Amino acid sequence: MWEQIRSNQIRSTILVVGMGLLLLLIGYLLGLYFFGSGIGGLIIAVVIWAVMSLVAFFRGDNILLALSRARKISRDDHPRLYNVVEEMKIASGLEKIPDIYIIDDPGLNAFATGRDPNRAAVAITSGLLQKLNRDELQGVIGHEMAHIKNRDVLLMAITAVLLGTIVILAWYATRILFFGGMAGGRRSSSSGGGSGQIIILVVAIVLMILAPIAAQLIYLAVSRKREYLADASSALYTRYPEGLASALEKLAASSSQLKSANKATAPMYIINPFRKKGMSASDLTSTHPPISERIRILRSMAGGASFADYDQAYRQVHRTGRQIVPASAMATGAAIGLRAAGPEAAEKEPDEIQRARETSDLLWRRSGYKTIACDCGAKLRVPPKFKASSIRCPHCGRINQA
Amino acid sequence: MIAVYIIVGIVVVLAIVFIATYNRLVRLRNQVKNAWAQIDVQLKRRYDLIPNLVETAKGYMKHERETLEAVTKARNLAQQLASSGAGARAKAEGELSSALARLLAVVESYPDLKANQNFLALQEELTSTENKIGFSRQFYNDSVLRYNNQTQVFPSNMIANVTGFKASEFFEVTVAEERKAPTVSFT
Repeated sequence: MWEQIRSNQIRSTILVVGMGLLLLLIGYLLGLYFFGSGIGGLIIAVVIWAVMSLVAFFRGDNILLALSRARKISRDDHPRLYNVVEEMKIASGLEKIPDIYIIDDPGLNAFATGRDPNRAAVAITSGLLQKLNRDELQGVIGHEMAHIKNRDVLLMAITAVLLGTIVILAWYATRILFFGGMAGGRRSSSSGGGSGQIIILVVAIVLMILAPIAAQLIYLAVSRKREYLADASSALYTRYPEGLASALEKLAASSSQLKSANKATAPMYIINPFRKKGMSASDLTSTHPPISERIRILRSMAGGASFADYDQAYRQVHRTGRQIVPASAMATGAAIGLRAAGPEAAEKEPDEIQRARETSDLLWRRSGYKTIACDCGAKLRVPPKFKASSIRCPHCGRINQA
Repeated sequence: MIAVYIIVGIVVVLAIVFIATYNRLVRLRNQVKNAWAQIDVQLKRRYDLIPNLVETAKGYMKHERETLEAVTKARNLAQQLASSGAGARAKAEGELSSALARLLAVVESYPDLKANQNFLALQEELTSTENKIGFSRQFYNDSVLRYNNQTQVFPSNMIANVTGFKASEFFEVTVAEERKAPTVSFT
């Protein structure tokens, strides 16, 4: 159950290899058409792909975190978040706790990154930290942990790079074909082989149009499937699918889009950052399954928290016989019970106002501000440039030591 | 001559199967050990947290001496049993968990204590440690299940028997209050 999902890995490998072959085919045809030698094009395609892959592999996580303007936090900055991440690390059986990043953004979202489970990071927005209670936070972190544990991050990076390379090649090739190639040049002067050239041209044009679309569809299919699996794993880790379900509900209800997301990083997030309100796109062009559907599946898990239960709920919601969780992952599944809501669901846990205060304290602190609690109850935020040794409370007039 | 090749081939295949199964058993057993160590870390953390918690609570809770003493006693007992087997230990830890749940339930009637920053931090740590104990136990039991399955199903049970892999003990919760979810109701 834990060393998961081998058949899924095989399927993913086939998809990745398929995309790779598509890339090679494009390279070959382009080479054949422009240089008269397929091998040359092949080499160019492979070189572009290799460079992009190396960058993505070694710098991808830093680039992604920097793009989303995430800042690393430590245990003392937010003990509850740190604890929840550590709890999920234990539940998932990961060896090392991932780094934790905060994105200062009122939008609700989260993502995981890192090329292998020992070098991973989870990032969540400050909006999410404010809105979710502990059970819900656990569900979301469990989902991200599952992405790390199942090595989805690496797979998504590989497929994203392949997709990117195919799109780039196709884009330049069509431009050259339509605007440069029309001038004639080498093709008309090259000796003979007329009909062969035309066939290659037709095939190349068709491929230029279809390849990016096909690659994109493969990419999206991989991405959506992984989302379902991560949901299933989150339910398994927490034994409490309702936590993730109610978190997703809050995520769906929020209207603020994430400022720092872009199309390339979209599949990394727990929900699609570009979704429109009320979107029910169960179509081929979405990186994520519709949220309402994910919630329905999680809420239908009446019997237990195992993969088999998730699979059953999936089939029930979709009225299909197709399995979403690979059979091999469910094989060892003894019955796994659900747990009830944590004590946090009762009043003990900080409510939303407290959580908002906690989160804003954290963000001020990360920006170098000092917080001084005056005896009158006011909180003074002292900017990092403030050098004087004492400060007067503007509310009550007491002098506080800085 | 062909017969010799066939026999050699069969022996080689058997040897490969044997090595693979043996290594798998070792890996699973190591995972069980590792998972047990994880529980241990969290239980120790709980032993460390409790005296602080009791000390902080003492100043505010004049009328709950018995509850506080029960927690301290359960903690000391659990610590003594720390080196015994999974079964006995689970029982002691279960007692400790329920004593703690009782303490945290009565805390609700002491607003001053609940406002104490130090206490709040300790409570967060303790809540999380309880969760971590739960999750590490969950992971431990899953690991034991997989390991035990491997030692019992054919054909790996033969190899397990010959090389001395024994089934592991589950970390069962024996206290009735602990079995249901750790919900504390406040009225």
